[in-house]
Amino acid sequence: MEQFTALLVPGLLALAALLGLAKGVDVYSALAEGALDGLKVLLRIFPALVGLLTAVYMLRASGLLEAAGAALEPVLHLLGIPQEVIALLLVRPVSGSAALGVGAELIERYGPDSLIGRTAAVMLGSTETTFYTVAVYFGAAGIRRSRYAIPAALCADLTGFVVAAWAVRMMSF
Amino acid sequence: MAMSVIWTGLVLCSVLCGAAAGQLAAVSAGALEGAQAAVELCVGMAGALCLWSGVMEVLRRCGALEGLRRLLTPALGRLFPAAARDEETMDLLAANVSANLLGLGNAATPLGVRAAERMARGSNGRASDDLCRFVVCNTASIQLIPTTVAAVRSAAGCETPFDILPAVWLTSALALTAGLLACRVLARLWGD
Repeated sequence: MEQFTALLVPGLLALAALLGLAKGVDVYSALAEGALDGLKVLLRIFPALVGLLTAVYMLRASGLLEAAGAALEPVLHLLGIPQEVIALLLVRPVSGSAALGVGAELIERYGPDSLIGRTAAVMLGSTETTFYTVAVYFGAAGIRRSRYAIPAALCADLTGFVVAAWAVRMMSF
Repeated sequence: MAMSVIWTGLVLCSVLCGAAAGQLAAVSAGALEGAQAAVELCVGMAGALCLWSGVMEVLRRCGALEGLRRLLTPALGRLFPAAARDEETMDLLAANVSANLLGLGNAATPLGVRAAERMARGSNGRASDDLCRFVVCNTASIQLIPTTVAAVRSAAGCETPFDILPAVWLTSALALTAGLLACRVLARLWGD
C-alpha cells in the first residue's frame, strides 16, 4: 500500500506526459492551461472561504460547536463517527465551499494524518453538495415534483459519513 | 440566498453563545483568525490544485473522457433503461459520469444538465425514476482522484496526500450503492 501511494503521484505525472506525447498532444501547454483553470477555481472559492472560515472560527471560539458535538455524541458514537466532525456533517449537503472550509480547518487543527483529519478528508472526497446538485439539475430540467430524489440522495450521504469513519479506522488505525 | 441566512445564523449564534459563556474576546479574535486562515489555506493549496488541474487537462486532451465514456456506456444503459432508448441522452449521461470520475466538475455539470433536460422532456415536471437515479449518481460523486482534498492535505503539511485513496473509493462506492438501493425501495413506496 505504501509503495502504491508513493508511486501514484510521480507515476500519474509520467503516464499523463507519455500518453500525451504518444497522442501528439502539446503536453506542456495543456499542463499550463489546466493550471490556470486550477487558479480560477481557487479565485472563485477564496472569497467564500474568507466568509465561512471567519464564521466557523467565531463559532468554535464561542464554544457552541463543542456543545453541539457533545449533545449529539450518543448518536455519533453509535454510528462510529468522531464528534469533532459534527460541523462538517451539517454543512456538507448544503454548501461545497463551507464544507471545504470546515474540513480544511479540521485537517489543519488535528493534523492531516490524524484520525479526525483523515476522516474529514475522506468525507470531503467522497460526498457532494447534495441540495445544490439537486437544485441545479431539477431546476434546469423544469422538475417541480422531485419525488424521492432528495431522501435517496441523503441516504447516500449518511452512508458515506458512516463508511468514511469506519474505513479510516480500519485502514490506518 | 440560503447561504446568507446560514451565515447570519452562524455569526449570531457565535455572538450570543460567546456572550453567554463569557468568551466574547475569543470570538472577536476568532473572526480575524478565520479570515487569515482562509488566505493561508488558499495559498497553501494553490500549488497542488494547479498541478492536478494541469494533469487532468493533459489527460482530457489525450482522450481520457472518450475512453471512459465508451467503457461506461454498457453499464449505464442498464442503470438508466428509459434514457438508453435515446442515443444522444445516453451519450451526454456517459460523458457526465466520465467527467465526474476524472474530477472535472466544470465539464460535468453542463453535460449533466443537458442530459437531465432531455430525460425530463414530456414529463410535465415530474421526476422519472431514471432522473432520480441520475441525480443520486451526481450527488454521490465518485471521483478517481480527489484533487481538492489532496491539495488541502498537502497544504497542512502532509507528505502522502493520496494515501486516503482506497478509503475514498470504498466510501463513495458504498454511498452510491446505498443511494441506488434507496431509489429502488423508495420508487415502490413513493408511488407518484
